[in-house]
Amino acid sequence: MDLTLNIWRQPDAVTHGALHTYQLAGISEDMSFLEMLDVLNEQLNAAGEDPVAFDSDCREGICGTCSLMINGQAHGPEVTTTCQLHMRSFKDGDTITVEPWRADAFPVLKDLVTDRSAFDRIIQSGGYISANTGSAPEANSVPAPRDKAMRAFNVATCIGCGACVAACPNGSASLFMGAKITHLGELPQGQPERYTRVVDMVAQHDAEGFGGCTNIGECTAACPKEIPLDVISQLNKDLRTAMKQGR
Amino acid sequence: MAATDPSHTTPLNSAPTQISDDARGYYTPGEPLVDPVAPTGPIGQRWTQRKFDNRLVNPANRRKLDVIIVGTGLAGGAAAATMGEAGYNVKSFCYQDSPRRAHSIAAQGGINAAKNYKEDGDSTFRLFYDTVKGGDYRSRESNVYRLAEVSADIIDQCVAQGVPFAREYGGLLDNRSFGGVQVSRTFYARGQTGQQLLIGAYQAMERQVAAGTVTEYTRHEMLEVIVVDGKARGIIARDLVTGEIETHLADVVVLATGGYGNVFFLSTNAMGSNVTAAWRAHRKGAYMANPCYTQIHPTCIPVSGDHQSKLTLMSESLRNDGRIWVPKNKEDCDKDPRDIPEEDRDYYLERIYPSFGNLVPRDIASRQAKNVCDEGRGVGPMVGDFRRGVYLDFTDAIARLGEDGIREKYDNLFDMYARITGENPYETPMRIYPAVHYVMGGLWVDYHLQSSIPGLFVTGEANFSDHGANRLGASALMQGLADGYFVLPNTIRDYLADGPFEKITEDHPAVVEARTQVEERVTKFLSINGTRSADSFHKELGHIMWEYCGMERSEDGLRKAIDMIRELKAAFWSDLKVLGTADSLNQSLEKAGRVADFIELGELMCIDALNRRESCGGHFRAESQTEDGEALRHDEEFAYVAAWEWGGEGGDPVLHKEDLIYTAIEMKQRSYK
Amino acid sequence: MATPTLVKGARSTRSTIALKLAMAVSGLIFIGYVLAHMYGNLKAFSGEEAFNEYAHHIREIGEPILPHAGALWIFRVVLLLALVVHVASAVALWRRASKARTQKYAVKKNIRSSLSSRTMRWGGLTLLLFIVWHLLHFTIVKVDVSTGDTGSDNPYRLLVDSFDVWWMTVIYLVAMLALAMHLHHGMFSAIQTLGFTNTAKSRARAREAGWILAVVVAGGFSLVPIFTLFGVIS
Ligand SMILES: Cc1cc2nc3c(=O)[nH]c(=O)nc-3n(C[C@H](O)[C@H](O)[C@H](O)COP(=O)(O)OP(=O)(O)OC[C@H]3O[C@@H](n4cnc5c(N)ncnc54)[C@H](O)[C@@H]3O)c2cc1C
Ligand code: HEM
Ligand code: HEM
Ligand code: SF4
Ligand code: F3S
Ligand code: FES
Repeated sequence: MDLTLNIWRQPDAVTHGALHTYQLAGISEDMSFLEMLDVLNEQLNAAGEDPVAFDSDCREGICGTCSLMINGQAHGPEVTTTCQLHMRSFKDGDTITVEPWRADAFPVLKDLVTDRSAFDRIIQSGGYISANTGSAPEANSVPAPRDKAMRAFNVATCIGCGACVAACPNGSASLFMGAKITHLGELPQGQPERYTRVVDMVAQHDAEGFGGCTNIGECTAACPKEIPLDVISQLNKDLRTAMKQGR
Repeated sequence: MAATDPSHTTPLNSAPTQISDDARGYYTPGEPLVDPVAPTGPIGQRWTQRKFDNRLVNPANRRKLDVIIVGTGLAGGAAAATMGEAGYNVKSFCYQDSPRRAHSIAAQGGINAAKNYKEDGDSTFRLFYDTVKGGDYRSRESNVYRLAEVSADIIDQCVAQGVPFAREYGGLLDNRSFGGVQVSRTFYARGQTGQQLLIGAYQAMERQVAAGTVTEYTRHEMLEVIVVDGKARGIIARDLVTGEIETHLADVVVLATGGYGNVFFLSTNAMGSNVTAAWRAHRKGAYMANPCYTQIHPTCIPVSGDHQSKLTLMSESLRNDGRIWVPKNKEDCDKDPRDIPEEDRDYYLERIYPSFGNLVPRDIASRQAKNVCDEGRGVGPMVGDFRRGVYLDFTDAIARLGEDGIREKYDNLFDMYARITGENPYETPMRIYPAVHYVMGGLWVDYHLQSSIPGLFVTGEANFSDHGANRLGASALMQGLADGYFVLPNTIRDYLADGPFEKITEDHPAVVEARTQVEERVTKFLSINGTRSADSFHKELGHIMWEYCGMERSEDGLRKAIDMIRELKAAFWSDLKVLGTADSLNQSLEKAGRVADFIELGELMCIDALNRRESCGGHFRAESQTEDGEALRHDEEFAYVAAWEWGGEGGDPVLHKEDLIYTAIEMKQRSYK
Repeated sequence: MATPTLVKGARSTRSTIALKLAMAVSGLIFIGYVLAHMYGNLKAFSGEEAFNEYAHHIREIGEPILPHAGALWIFRVVLLLALVVHVASAVALWRRASKARTQKYAVKKNIRSSLSSRTMRWGGLTLLLFIVWHLLHFTIVKVDVSTGDTGSDNPYRLLVDSFDVWWMTVIYLVAMLALAMHLHHGMFSAIQTLGFTNTAKSRARAREAGWILAVVVAGGFSLVPIFTLFGVIS
């Protein structure tokens, strides 16, 4: 298939960027979206033009590195990651606009590459269970109810890609944060730090410049791991409980 | 354990003497190698004794000791967290934008541990035994025993961190069985075990970042080791965003940089997985052990065309419920599989290996798939002259467990398959084909995980590890975490007890030299100004490797491959084209450095494969097989670790042999029939 | 805006979620008020006497413990406080959201959000303008648009005379549309903000509650102006 691509080009973090248009011919529908960009880059390289910088690593939908806004949708039109999106989701002659995640907390570094280290700092601020190596009790000494363990697992599948932020009209990272709060909060091991965790993580989230959540729900529609909106409710509930405890 | 410890004081096998010398002319024979810190005594006591014997570092001194850990996968992340908790001053590096994205995240199936929760006869010794046997008796028994011993602690540690393993209705942990063994000892979190384990390690590490004991350097690529007076004292890294070349000095350096399967271009590894860190260390004196030992995983999604940038694994756990078959008759190969009657199907693994059936180890499953496809009985689209695919059929399992039962176990894998192929695996059988997945080879390390450069430790997939010539499923995660949480922190302290070492400064000649090397290399890549992208060279290298150093290797093929790689190397250095600048985010430049190192590694892999005229585990030499085509080992000649020393630019590599002596297990020809 | 440092001494009360909770609580107070207010308005169907009686009665609640119109004033203070809190939090969150994404997308699609969720802020602003106008109209100045009189003390007449004028009815109906949308998302949003929607099922129920409330309140309010315009109430 033949395509017209509008791609955001920006040489570095400080220079202003703009959309550039490229024509691409002979794309197979079995290619992944990123393989299509690989083809474009080979072409650009041959023509002496700087290839388009974009992030990807595992290319199997699990590492959360890939991060493109495709035709106004984070990770494109399917419920999956950019790297798992295949060209069979597009038609011959389509025009595709590709932009980086937009959020001031995720500054653009070059072209389509952004800095998502804010997520790491949110985790640093409390997204863990303190258990020094060697201090753990026998694993089966603390049973975890299966339904709670299942819920914990289902939301622990978050890959930290940031699509939720990219899609949210408020630029909020509540879905990401809620997923972690819920994951750790559902497990018996996560209880001791439960309410300090939520206060600290939300404070860091706010300090990073993410917006507040107004329950719009675009985040969950964009989430490749289908993290449900109830994690945000859980987040709110845990914060409310923390407030009651005077934290 | 001591009372029943089966280890003997006299070895059960003798030191090998090699007669064949296929690689003559390609290498220089070197001194034999012994592990200077190999433990002795009854096998069940070795690790306990060693932990006690290793010197301690006073907590007040730990703060003054700088530890560099390159890599944030299971091996590196776990080590950074643990060393940070202990109070060392840790610097952690990774090339991704976050430590959480290390390739360990992609592991699907599970992690082994000798918990014996199923009461099915498992034990530390059985896990040890299975792992040595699975590795075709090409691993060190002391290391493997230690691995089996700490495996149970790993599960405790991960559960305490909140890793959401699968549980049974009573709330206790669930297990499943995995390829190559007959007990259920694999812990799992649906098809995302690696992700959950890595997130656990990552969170533990981030906690230390907040505590101030670990500093993380993301989007940094290590490009050189700094060796001062024979000791590793730091690294040169490039900030991948600003392009700045940075010097980081320390008392000790740990490499946990993962595997180099990407030397084949197409593999299940991440796009950025590379050999650069290991290869740079190799060029500075660290030996590379058994580089040709590559694992080809039997259950991957087949290649669909030329554009392909990587291959995707479908977890081996699928073999627990799926049945593998091809048509008996070539004429049926392009039919709809559902129209092929039962009697015309060849469930070849069940036929050849009745007791293990579809659960034979990976090397065997892969080679048999290749064999049936080479016979012309493969399925799926024609790629070249053959159809490269076999069916993995869930019809029976769906009948038994229902579609929902299958969905609960494997939904993410089935979804991934559907997305990539555009076919619905609940309706038609999946098509799978082997792909490069894991490397058992890596930097040589002693029992303390120290390489042949003092002060340079290597953990996880980056070392030549505990798996011998083949790795059993669910053992790499176990090894990565064993190294990171429990082994390295206990062995490195014996080295650090001598520290803090004499301070060095950035103007030390060895530091300046390392830095200059890196800068010159970067300038070189940008100035060749040829016509071809680094990617195109990588693809070409991959073709050579897969063709001649892949699932089956032969003397002629390997010689041919070595010549081709040498030509490719020359072409690379004269015709490469890298655009952009050194002082910016430049992905082509990153790629060029990685490909340059893969080319050199590829050559060494072929030489190693050529030298080893036997078939063992993942290494299958056409010249060495039994009458019915099974791998044939030659213990009297090859029961050794081939540790290669860098022979200098243009020189031949030097081969050091470390004999593998067993005292607890008798070497047997492996049989899964 | 990303910061390389970690926040020290975090307090739950200083978070965006605390602001959201304030909005939800004040919003729920409004909801309680509009429900009661709507019920009162419907008395217009029972005729002039009943309606004026009711308006009068409100002012006598709590007597003699409270002075005349005392309870009304307590309500007014609570409402005013809620309004201040609601608007202040809305402004704070709005400003924060606009700083969170200063560079807009060239193309952006909406997949799951509802129109009402995306227009909460503009809808809220519309409601604010409406309330100001509404208070001038009915409570503070008491303008009778058909006669030009001010300060009328017959609430029923004021009501009926107003909605005999078509454009007044239009203003009110537009405001009720804004209210319906605000409540449609607001009701769900408040429940979610308070943390009561931790399962898919409870979330679906909260969404239903939003729909029902929107229809009941906006519908209920609209009856009076519409029926007045068509002369059913006169
Ligand atoms: C698809 C797939 C599925 C698998 N499934 C299983 C399974 O079910 N069970 C199992 O036991 N094993 C499995 N494995 C194998 C296992 O996942 C890996 O062997 C293991 O995770 C490797 O961990 P590691 O910590 O050694 O390295 P990695 O996780 O690969 O980490 C490497 C780290 O090094 C860093 N790095 C590399 N080079 C540089 C450099 N030059 N400079 C700076 N940083 C660098 C990277 O940034 C990264 O942080 C699977 C592997 C794959 C590919
Ligand atoms: C006075 C002018 C008003 C303004 C400026 C205003 C503005 C807003 C804004 C900006 C929000 C947050 C958007 C969101 O959460 O999506 C909001 C939420 C809400 N508003 Fe209003 N609003 C006003 C009046 C009202 C009235 C009259 C009611 C009820 C009758 C009301 C009920 C609610 C509710 C229930 C919420 C949801 C709170 C939450 O999200 O937790 N608001 N309002
Ligand atoms: C068609 C719709 C409406 C009608 C016909 C209506 C009518 C009236 C009338 C007649 C009064 C005066 C009552 C009195 O003085 O005794 C009044 C007061 C008031 N109305 Fe409404 N109203 C409507 C909608 C609303 C809405 C949607 C709101 C809020 C969002 C609102 C808020 C108020 C307030 C705050 C007062 C003042 C109460 C006081 O403190 O005395 N009204 N309304
Ligand atoms: S919640 Fe979903 S969209 Fe957000 S970071 Fe996690 S996986 Fe990505
Ligand atoms: S889209 Fe944004 S407003 Fe909340 S529900 Fe999702 S974070
Ligand atoms: S590249 Fe890893 S999720 Fe897309």
